[in-house]
Amino acid sequence: MTYLFISTLGIYVAATVTALAYFTTQQEKLRGLGRLLLIAAGLAHTCYLVTRYLQAGHTPLTSNHDAVSFMAWAMTWGFLSFRYRYKVKNFGAFVTPLITLLMVVATLSSTTVRELPPALQSGWLPVHASIALLANSFLALAFCGGIMYLLLEGEIKKKRFGLFCERLPSLEALDNLNEHCLAVGFPLLTLGIITGSLWAKQAWGSYWHWDPKETWSLITWFLYAALLHQRFTMGWRRRRAAIMAIVGFAAALFTFWGVSFLLEGVHSYVG
Amino acid sequence: MSADTILALGLNHTIAPVAIREKLAFSKDCSRPLLALRALDGCDECLLLSTCNRVEVYFVSKSGAAAADAARKLLFAGTDLTDEEARRYTYFHQGADAVRHLFRVAASLDSMVVGEPQILGQLKEAFRLAGEHKAAGFLLDRLFTKAFFVAKRVRTETNIGGSAVSISYAAVQLAKKILGDLAGRKVLLVGAGEMAELAAEHLVGQGIAEVVVANRTYERAVTLANRFHGRAVPLDDLHAQLEAVDILISSTGAPGFILTRDEVKPVMRQRLHRPLFLIDIAVPRDLDPTINDVDNVYLYDIDDLMQVVETGKADRDQAAAAAELIVAHEAAKFGEWLNGLAVVPTIAALKKRSAALCQAELAKTMAHLGGLSDQDKKAVEILAQSIANKMLHHPMLFLKHEANGMDTQARLSFIRACYDLDETGGEEPERN
Repeated sequence: MTYLFISTLGIYVAATVTALAYFTTQQEKLRGLGRLLLIAAGLAHTCYLVTRYLQAGHTPLTSNHDAVSFMAWAMTWGFLSFRYRYKVKNFGAFVTPLITLLMVVATLSSTTVRELPPALQSGWLPVHASIALLANSFLALAFCGGIMYLLLEGEIKKKRFGLFCERLPSLEALDNLNEHCLAVGFPLLTLGIITGSLWAKQAWGSYWHWDPKETWSLITWFLYAALLHQRFTMGWRRRRAAIMAIVGFAAALFTFWGVSFLLEGVHSYVG
Repeated sequence: MSADTILALGLNHTIAPVAIREKLAFSKDCSRPLLALRALDGCDECLLLSTCNRVEVYFVSKSGAAAADAARKLLFAGTDLTDEEARRYTYFHQGADAVRHLFRVAASLDSMVVGEPQILGQLKEAFRLAGEHKAAGFLLDRLFTKAFFVAKRVRTETNIGGSAVSISYAAVQLAKKILGDLAGRKVLLVGAGEMAELAAEHLVGQGIAEVVVANRTYERAVTLANRFHGRAVPLDDLHAQLEAVDILISSTGAPGFILTRDEVKPVMRQRLHRPLFLIDIAVPRDLDPTINDVDNVYLYDIDDLMQVVETGKADRDQAAAAAELIVAHEAAKFGEWLNGLAVVPTIAALKKRSAALCQAELAKTMAHLGGLSDQDKKAVEILAQSIANKMLHHPMLFLKHEANGMDTQARLSFIRACYDLDETGGEEPERN
């Protein structure tokens, strides 16, 4: 565990604390500070990824530590990119704790760089793994938006206004966020599956093995495909879209971790 | 001359169902019915108020109930109701009760949503029209000026207006929470109540693209739609309109629900589940409360909105009670003023005032003058009293004779003001 990683984690924790403090106190100063801290964390994290690359000699995405760390990094920059597109008030209070949680998981995982089996030493590795993780990070952002939507909608439906009504943006804004995250995340997910399949053809000679990871990624893909299809044809937006974003992310998480730890398959080297 | 000559006859949302109110309402121009009322036998002054929730005539007459009957016949002339039915749907107040009723109406204590501010403007407009047609004279002038003063007092001294304004503000805030930016959204007004107008005004201020008005009587829908540069549709068209709008404000005063859950559900499918914000400000309710259970539909009634703005019922009741006290107090004061409007008590008051002044001034002077004999003192007293009496001679003649182009009430009021007989301390009556 390097000092760089520890300090990156430290800045993430600081950014999370600031975002939560902004959520509770609603002081504008904290909002700006939180953003600066997150940008600093993102930059430090980028440096860390470069050192991992130099240390491993190949794209550092083969261990659980690296994969989770990469996903946290992608969420950070994905989240920061939103700030220039929409203003989603207090989105940070939901996203930064999740990023920090991922970083904690990365901290607890082994950082040993293992030699790759010859079959996997391919140009597809960085392409497939980074696209799949990027997809996951946008699905995670949609998940955060979905949670926020349900919390706010609950208060409006029940007509009892507590923490969320004045702190969260409008339902409309949260629904747009959902659409935007999925519009980026779903094509990436599709691309992740296609590149994985191409890599499988190169490594093992066939495109699809029905290995648990492949099966589950397909299930996840169908969930999101159904959500998007229904959204544009049947008007599954708003509440249903929020619920689906949460269910879909649960499936994506299971594909990412559950399969690796619980089920055996060709992907089991990860972790 | 007694206070019984001020009469109030009318109907509002509590006594007459909307179907009756609408048959009667003079939505376009009140001039014609006003002039007809003015021409009635025994009607000295009159004023006609016609709003969505009430139609009222205030008049001054010496013939009391007989004049009221004639006025009622005239109001109901355009309907097929029998005289007995017309009587059942109207209230009739005389004298002090009529004054109190007007003050309550002006202070918005008699409104569907207590404290809504529109009624005062409508009352002022009715007063202006009556003035324009010379239908209101000295007494109504004084009465309405006082009513506007009472309304202002109630508004500044109690928090009664707070809830109505904050309710429509809360409705706008909620609409923004649900729909985001309101620019380009459509709002449908069902029924045409004052409170709906107020809420619509707030919404239009937020950049609402279109206002659609649906009403039982199409004519009234057109009038209201014109105010917001909107579109009027017949009430039967409600379901079709529901597909296109984002916000619905209902205030019809229909006896039952005009929209149920089973009617809204299929509409949501056609809307592709775009969210719908329903605001029900009618009493009794227009919209079935279970509509709120439908996905992406948010239904708020007046109590929900009150809860949002956290004006507890206790606060509202307290404000209303304070307002009622002000009304009662001002009505009593006005009654006293009205009773004083007679020649004999005015002359007595004038004499009393002059005698009191004489005594006070004499006491001051005598204290400084030493060495006067009793006879001298007597002479000074007589001098003072006779000057005072001579000074009062012409005002009294002025009071007793009508030959100077002013009617009795105006002359009485003039003299009472000159000598401050109502002991206002010289303050001007409030004029708005």
